Amino acid sequence: MLTAPFEFRRASTVNEAADWLQQGTEVKLLAGGHSLLPLMKLRLAAPAMVVDISGIPELHGVIAHDGVVTVGAMTRHVEVVKNPLILAEAPLLSQTAAVIGDVQVRNRGTIGGSLCHADTAADLPAAVLALDAQMVVSGPDGVRKIPASEFFVAPFVTALGPQELLVAVEVPSMPSDAVSTYLKRPHPASGYPVIGVACWVGYGGATVRLAITGIGPTVFRAAEAEAYLAAHGLNSSSIGEAARLAAVHAPVEDDITGYKRQLVSVYVSRALQHTAKGKN
Amino acid sequence: MPQVMGQALKRHEDIRLIRGRGQYTDDMTLPGMVYAEMVRSPYAHANILSVDTQAAQAMPGVLAVFTGQDTKDELGLIPTAWIPPNSDLKMTPHPALAFDTVRYVGDAVAVVIAETPYQAQDAADQVQVQYQPLQAVVHPREAVEDGRPQVHAEIDRNIAFHWTVGPDLDAVFQQAEVVVRHEFRQQRLIPNAMEPRAALAQYNNATDELTVWVTTQNPHIHRFLLSGILGIPEHKLRVVAIDVGGGFGSKIACYPDEVVASWAARKLRRAVKWTETRQENFMITSHGRDHVQEVELAGTRDGQIQAIRVKAYSNLGAYLSTAAPGVPTILFGLIINGAYDIPHASADVYGVVTNTTPVDAYRGAGRPEATYLIERMVDLYASQIQMDPVAVREKNLVKAEAFPYTNPFGLQYDSGNYQGTLKIALDMLDYPKLREEQAALRKDGKYIGIGWSTYVEMCGLGPSEVAGAVGFQGGLWESATVRVHPTGKVSVFTGASPHGQGEETTFAQIVGQELGIPVEDIEIVHGDTARISMGWGTYGSRTTAVGGGAIHLATQKVIEKAKKIAAHKLEVSESDVVFEDGMFSVAGVPNRQVSFQAVTLDAYLAWSLPEGVEPALEGTAFYDPKNFTYPFGAHVAVVSVDPDTGDIHLMRYIAVDDVGNIINPMIVEGQIHGGLVQGIGQALYEGAEYDTEGQLLTGSLLDYAVPKARFFPRFETAHTVTPSPHNPLGVKGVGETGAIASTPAIVNAVMDALHPFGIQDLPMPLTPEKVWQAIQQNQGGR
Repeated sequence: MLTAPFEFRRASTVNEAADWLQQGTEVKLLAGGHSLLPLMKLRLAAPAMVVDISGIPELHGVIAHDGVVTVGAMTRHVEVVKNPLILAEAPLLSQTAAVIGDVQVRNRGTIGGSLCHADTAADLPAAVLALDAQMVVSGPDGVRKIPASEFFVAPFVTALGPQELLVAVEVPSMPSDAVSTYLKRPHPASGYPVIGVACWVGYGGATVRLAITGIGPTVFRAAEAEAYLAAHGLNSSSIGEAARLAAVHAPVEDDITGYKRQLVSVYVSRALQHTAKGKN
Repeated sequence: MPQVMGQALKRHEDIRLIRGRGQYTDDMTLPGMVYAEMVRSPYAHANILSVDTQAAQAMPGVLAVFTGQDTKDELGLIPTAWIPPNSDLKMTPHPALAFDTVRYVGDAVAVVIAETPYQAQDAADQVQVQYQPLQAVVHPREAVEDGRPQVHAEIDRNIAFHWTVGPDLDAVFQQAEVVVRHEFRQQRLIPNAMEPRAALAQYNNATDELTVWVTTQNPHIHRFLLSGILGIPEHKLRVVAIDVGGGFGSKIACYPDEVVASWAARKLRRAVKWTETRQENFMITSHGRDHVQEVELAGTRDGQIQAIRVKAYSNLGAYLSTAAPGVPTILFGLIINGAYDIPHASADVYGVVTNTTPVDAYRGAGRPEATYLIERMVDLYASQIQMDPVAVREKNLVKAEAFPYTNPFGLQYDSGNYQGTLKIALDMLDYPKLREEQAALRKDGKYIGIGWSTYVEMCGLGPSEVAGAVGFQGGLWESATVRVHPTGKVSVFTGASPHGQGEETTFAQIVGQELGIPVEDIEIVHGDTARISMGWGTYGSRTTAVGGGAIHLATQKVIEKAKKIAAHKLEVSESDVVFEDGMFSVAGVPNRQVSFQAVTLDAYLAWSLPEGVEPALEGTAFYDPKNFTYPFGAHVAVVSVDPDTGDIHLMRYIAVDDVGNIINPMIVEGQIHGGLVQGIGQALYEGAEYDTEGQLLTGSLLDYAVPKARFFPRFETAHTVTPSPHNPLGVKGVGETGAIASTPAIVNAVMDALHPFGIQDLPMPLTPEKVWQAIQQNQGGR
């Protein structure tokens, strides 16, 4: 559990971090360290240089403006859980962050670190996908935005370029009547979601969003279920059909016994029931 | 002087342990200390073609790189220390560093010694080993089939031993009204003590003494084995275990790592530290269980069990670890009748070597495997004859008036009232009412289950005569010295080696009670061969029963001598002196008295001692118990099963145990809780898995589910007290009961819940997917 030798740098600005990133391919950015450091200690990752970006002021802070909540990439999970702006404008994000790992993990881990690591079994991708968030990315060609739906490419692979870094996450404010749920089935060993369903309903039931993490190769939206519910409303009979549709269309792999689809069905159903209960 | 025996005193050791002030092996730093890192085989079975250490040796900070070729002529082989009689056991001597063949993933082939742990690991990565991979074998029953790879050339069909006990029972089974046959898989478990193993060795040039600090449950056994392997005489070898962060059996064995660190320390004349990573802990520290059991039970249609027999294939891994052969034989086969008066029993055990991590004792060691077998069979039998499982138990439990009860293999169960604990558990549960609720819930498509386990186990390992008879290559007595210092403070030296069980407190309670002095005046010293003359360590729930017995006897010797001195001081005859609450007084004249502390000072000043009494005050006892102790009890679990997900929710768990006299009820409670969690872990969560090439698939805490506190309800516990006549304190063991009793209670409960689906059995761990799938396949039976 000892890392291979590496050069350590602490960046104080995004530009400085970008300069280090351009040094070569064996550079890793260090945020909260809860994903990178275990990999390095197991020597599954052995970057030549580690650049600590956790102290860059531009990457911190939460602001709400024009119907969008902008969350700095280095915002720690514990802050996402408690931040009043996020709680008011995008409570689903707080609900999701609240069940990541344990207290220690939430005290250290960051939203940007988790999203960029893109673990198949991470919690936050479900929330940002359900919320149609935009990833604000800085690179050699300036700043660009990547929609959450295009960000998670494959297990541990994102749309980030090799010299880009995530600056912030822009989350559209949820409508005032929105009700949301993040329902997670933690693995008994790791605590990661075997399946996690992020769901919200708003605009009088006209909008339903369902994003599912953990069980497929990447996070995905249950588009057919969403469309069905938008058309039929959220009630006990529509929930059953929506759950069935989500399961049928879920891009799960190696599901010989059918258990994964079963979990999709059960967890979508339970997440929707929970959300329906929270509706006025 | 208040009563201290039987009081829930807070654990003295916790003052340091929970404040991070404990001293574990890895916490030690010595001048000039260097670090060892092992180079381990990535293959489960391979020939070593070459080991190239040149690049590693040139790395910064590297003092030396040694391979199996360097050590094979200088080090003895690591032996097994339990040779069950009449089993034709073939030894599998384990070289500390492999030099020709590796036999499991993690088998060490070289060691790097460097100035820092980082340098050691960097260099270890540069050791180039060329292997010729060989086919591996991992499953114990497959390993004995013809044509399978052979793990050791000299062990035909991988059968390291074949042990049988009991007569041929074919006639009994042929004539029986009911015969139940079933196969159980006792899955392999990974002990996962919180502290991984570590060793630190230092050679003293002046005295030629080697000191080894090591994570061990039994320092004197370690010294004994290391002495033979290293060729260092015992009087020049000191083994120390300061604080040890749990063992659960996995720190009994002598491992290659401490052998290599010790050898290198002497070779290099530098203190050498080796510390295991969690990854290595999964890979190389002994595992537990791993049986395939073919079981048969014979009985009458009205619920009388007549016979039980088992044919078991026990997976021992690549080498026979220190205590390994005793676990699936003596500690398993001899108690397969459990708490039941079954006239006929036999066991037939194959000890099998495979290309997997060695398997040795793990909390319960053999007795969980036996208890699971009999408790599950009782339920299957009850189901077959359509009797309530409690009724079958009541009919077959050994009767209270039958003690001492001799079981079919000649074990003498010491004392008990098995119906008594069952009665309490039934009342706590309100069994008839719960059965009604269960029936009503089933109509609503809700499935709850009730599972029983009325267990007995044998522990408190001793006496030595039995150890010898069953092939344990050591004694099972215990030593104690109670040294009273001139001011009346006391140091107690015990040969037992507690490592989390709380005996620094309970032993002080024994001595404090008997001497009538505050427990704060008593220090319990353990875990150092230089301070303690001899001892056999802590395992098999023996520490209080045997080690406590020795302390009691040593304390009595102190009192006996002090009484002589007190009589002299009080100018009366010894028979007129009464000792109570720390005061010696003249019988009938209570105000003529002298305190224990005053007598102690007299003993040390020695200005005026009675004729023939030597100065100073200490007592030493070497205590060999009369026999094992047999704790017992009735456990019951209530679970609900969610048919949509296969999730099992543990609603209630009731444990009614009888562990004999109780010295500290809080510590007893803690031991029971810990045992329950590990036993329930086996039933529901834990299971080591290998692929066919011998790669461990569950090699980290991300994959292997060690149970968490949040998985459990509040345990409901109760006790009866039936003192053991086999030791002077009347105590029985408690460290393993929870792990022994709970596993079948849980599985019985889940199978009871699944009864409407026609499901009789599922292999552990009962993961939700397994349960859901079984429900899917059996929906027709609903």
